[in-house]
Amino acid sequence: MDSFSQHTVINCQDLSIGYQNKKKVAVIASAVGFSVTQGTLVALVGSNGIGKSTLLKTLTAMLPTVSGSLQIDAKEITAYSSLELSSKLSVVLTEAPASKNLTVQELVSLGRQPHTNWMGKLTQNDKDIIQQALEDTDLDSLKNKNCFELSDGQLQRVYIARALAQDTPLIILDEPTTHLDLYHRAAIVKLLKKLTVEKNKTILFSTHEIDLAIQISDKMLVMTPQNIVFDSPSTLIKQGAFDVLFPKEIVVFDKNTGRFSVT
Amino acid sequence: MDVPTLEVFNSIVGSSSKTSWQYIITNYRIPKAITAIIAGGGLAISGLLMQTLFRNPLAGPFVLGLSSGASLGVAILILGAGAISGIFSTFLLGPWSLVVASALGSFLVLLAVLAVTLKVKDTMAILIIGLMFGSLTGALVAVLSYFSDAEQLQQYIFWSFGSLGNQTWQGISILSLCFFVGLLLSIYSAKSLNALLLGENYAKSMGLKVKKNMLLLILATSILAGGITAFVGPIAFIGLAVPHLTRQFIKTSNHFVLIPAVALSGAILMLICDTIAQLPGIVYTLPINAITSLIGAPVVIWLLVRKRKLIF
Repeated sequence: MDSFSQHTVINCQDLSIGYQNKKKVAVIASAVGFSVTQGTLVALVGSNGIGKSTLLKTLTAMLPTVSGSLQIDAKEITAYSSLELSSKLSVVLTEAPASKNLTVQELVSLGRQPHTNWMGKLTQNDKDIIQQALEDTDLDSLKNKNCFELSDGQLQRVYIARALAQDTPLIILDEPTTHLDLYHRAAIVKLLKKLTVEKNKTILFSTHEIDLAIQISDKMLVMTPQNIVFDSPSTLIKQGAFDVLFPKEIVVFDKNTGRFSVT
Repeated sequence: MDVPTLEVFNSIVGSSSKTSWQYIITNYRIPKAITAIIAGGGLAISGLLMQTLFRNPLAGPFVLGLSSGASLGVAILILGAGAISGIFSTFLLGPWSLVVASALGSFLVLLAVLAVTLKVKDTMAILIIGLMFGSLTGALVAVLSYFSDAEQLQQYIFWSFGSLGNQTWQGISILSLCFFVGLLLSIYSAKSLNALLLGENYAKSMGLKVKKNMLLLILATSILAGGITAFVGPIAFIGLAVPHLTRQFIKTSNHFVLIPAVALSGAILMLICDTIAQLPGIVYTLPINAITSLIGAPVVIWLLVRKRKLIF
């Protein structure tokens, strides 16, 4: 990859992640090191309970780092104020918004909050960015609907549009394809791919759709109990990274097809 | 007492033909109407704030034990003052101390409920915890009443029936102050309220200082609900029902629109309730708390049956 022509968006070195309180520190993973350049689509995979959410929470500053370095846009994440960080990275979470009475347009407009005044007044520029976000996610025809009227697939696009409206170089998504059928899973991942190519966004998403991620993502982060590896899907297949992802009794990885099958 | 409509206007401008009518209008009916407007608007705003803050459509000053907290504050003041006799107790029972005790009581309960909310993410659990705080403070009030004498007890019981009447102009100015401080804090927080519609984590990711803003909202809610409860007693259902009623007519979740709209609807509904409480031709004035419940409860049931779900 031409990592010199594009600048580095995420860079972590010898990072330890986990939960800590006054009494003790529970390290989930240590010696995590990878760097992501701009315009890359990164898929984070790993079995349930391996610590994908912990890593995502750390990357989005919802959880402090235990030790090591984590830089967003060449600046330590701890050095950002929450407002500064909100113009660097936006998120799509698994939790549903508290209110579903919002219209699509209202919800997407909330993404502009870091850029507006205390009254949240939208300038013409804000409105243009919102409109663009709605068009990029193919939501223009739904913009006056209330969120409770939408399907899961449409809702997911609304959340992505909100993140786009926040207008950040980096977007981090926690399992954006859950609860969706195959068609809509593929549609969401293709949309993310399109955004990296056309808008030069850097996108990191966690997923259980390993087959899909292998086909479409530029880089993958594979979490196993032993370590976290980061590379392009084809290199990871060659290295056998997916073979150790799950215990072999029930599913095995086929290197030729790039798929898991039930034994 | 019937006062002809024309005489009402004459009384306001000070040229009524009967001084007794003028006295009734300026010292009884107008203060009562103003109290109704402020109480209705303020309670409705506090209900709206709590529904967004707790991400719960059933939140309201009454449901979450806020009114009970205010009751406890007032009970401690009125019933506890019995223990301290003489001049000191009359000083204690001035309008300001009633407000402070009531607001403090509701503030503490709200803080406790919120502290639990941060631990327990389940909205049903939060409601149950609110109810538990309600019974807890209720029990404390019961213990206090058991040990106080009849006169103090009567004073407390009358307060707890709720009444919009008998307010002095001094009381009304304190009430208005509470209302405007609460209103200003709410409007100042409207942008963060909008962000909180997405939930705490989204709000944080958009650069909102969640803790500071939540504290501000709690403060606004307890000043509104606590201050109003101090003067008019615990009034049920306005805080819970009015935001839902307003959402039927206003198709936006933007708090910059909702706050004034909810305040207006609350004021109107409270005036209607007050009118029903003292319909012309009926000698007695019914307790306002009974009327708001008689209207509020069916509204909530109707909304639930019609939509099968309360959304906010």
